[in-house]
Amino acid sequence: MNFEKRVQRLEEIVRALESREMTLDKGLRLFEEGIACLRDASEELARAEAAVQVLRERTDGIIEARDLRA
Amino acid sequence: MIPRRTGTDRAGPERAGTPRTGTGKAGTEDLFGEVSPPPRPVARAKRSPATAAEPGLSPESAISIAMLTLATRDILEGAVEPLWVRGEVVGLKPHRNGHWYFTLKDAEAQIRCVTWASDARRLPAPPDEGMTVTALGKLTVFPARGELQLRVITMEAAGDGLWRKAFEQVRRKLDAEGLFAAERKRPLPLLPRCIAVVTSTDGAVLHDVVSVIKRRCRITQVVVSHAAVQGDDAPASLVAALHRVARWGHADVVILGRGGGSREDLWAFNDERVVRAAAGMPVPVISAVGHETDVTLCDLAADQRAATPSAAAELAVPHLADLVRRVRQLGIDLRDAGVAHGEAAGERLAAAGVAVSRAAAMPIERRRLELEGLAGRLHALSPLATLARGYAVVTDDRNRVITSALAVAPGDALVARFSDGRVTARAERITPELDGAVEGEL
Repeated sequence: MNFEKRVQRLEEIVRALESREMTLDKGLRLFEEGIACLRDASEELARAEAAVQVLRERTDGIIEARDLRA
Repeated sequence: MIPRRTGTDRAGPERAGTPRTGTGKAGTEDLFGEVSPPPRPVARAKRSPATAAEPGLSPESAISIAMLTLATRDILEGAVEPLWVRGEVVGLKPHRNGHWYFTLKDAEAQIRCVTWASDARRLPAPPDEGMTVTALGKLTVFPARGELQLRVITMEAAGDGLWRKAFEQVRRKLDAEGLFAAERKRPLPLLPRCIAVVTSTDGAVLHDVVSVIKRRCRITQVVVSHAAVQGDDAPASLVAALHRVARWGHADVVILGRGGGSREDLWAFNDERVVRAAAGMPVPVISAVGHETDVTLCDLAADQRAATPSAAAELAVPHLADLVRRVRQLGIDLRDAGVAHGEAAGERLAAAGVAVSRAAAMPIERRRLELEGLAGRLHALSPLATLARGYAVVTDDRNRVITSALAVAPGDALVARFSDGRVTARAERITPELDGAVEGEL
């Protein structure tokens, strides 16, 4: 799941929990799912900055990304 | 008639020193495969009319027609610099070998014209029949026919007509295939992990894109797929660079970019192959070619168009700080909603408890049925979150849930399950209550 989907799911979960129309059990499961989404989304935002790379085709035809030296 | 220089000026020593090679002769060979006959005695003949042995001045020294036409050509070419002329195009026939043969005419006159393939290639499209063009041409003679001929090096129709014609031809074709359709446009991802920039690594585009991305969203990676962005090789190079990105497969968005330039410089971005490659990318493409006023077919085929490479980068990535704030707020919302939900469920649990105690006051058989139903409902309300709020689940020593004080006799072994562990106890006293929630006294 990408960042966008996680955030959307998280918003859905918050709305569902706020609606108060579900069993405690289901609510608890959703809450736990929400916590997982939150953790994954936060991790995504904390990723390290990467150097600019350049795409090259190797002689065997595989495309690879290598650091671009200015 | 002939600007600046006269024929005699040009036919002087400059001509004698100039090798008779280049385009005129090459043209002759292209057309007929002939080698030009040896040069030209005419100018000399002019200056020494007395000598009867001079070529062409007596029946005995008669010259060939080839020599005559070639000499004429030399004089003409030497005398007249390339000129801009205006006329209407008639009978243009693109030859298999890439040369264009046509006539330029106006109301009073006409002249046969040729555009060699090497020059024609630099023009976006051949002119239409009847189109008025301004052509830069060099006056020459076509020896095989003894005709005056204008070798057109370049031409332009009114209002950029040739470029517009070429642009429209490709646009119409691709539009008919639906390449520019609004339904094909894909949304950009909220947070791309990786952006591929298809441009020249020598240009400013990469620098502009990288600086915007580092400023707004440093966690997004940038890779560049190098392409020549102008010149004859540009279309093939751009296609290859786009394909590299597609085959690599890790980019979430592509920025196809080039700085400003002349219409000719930007022309590769109207090339059918390039436009098709851009439209066929597996991920959204943002096009940023030239200045805002230059619309290329790549712009039309892209999922989004940006006025500049910097603007493309701004479209491509969000402000990281905004996303951090948003996720933080969602965390707070989730916690609050969780608490609210727990409380709501707790209220329902309490209401169910009231029903349990009411049931306790009913006749014995009905009471049993009610209790079984209520026990089911209580179970459905689920234990764990309730436990976290300070409730405990009470079971007997065989792990069966005890849902009523009436099910317990003094001395029975009981297990109270809290959210974080168990307590084993023994019942001392049973006190049924008629009102209020049942909370087992341990």
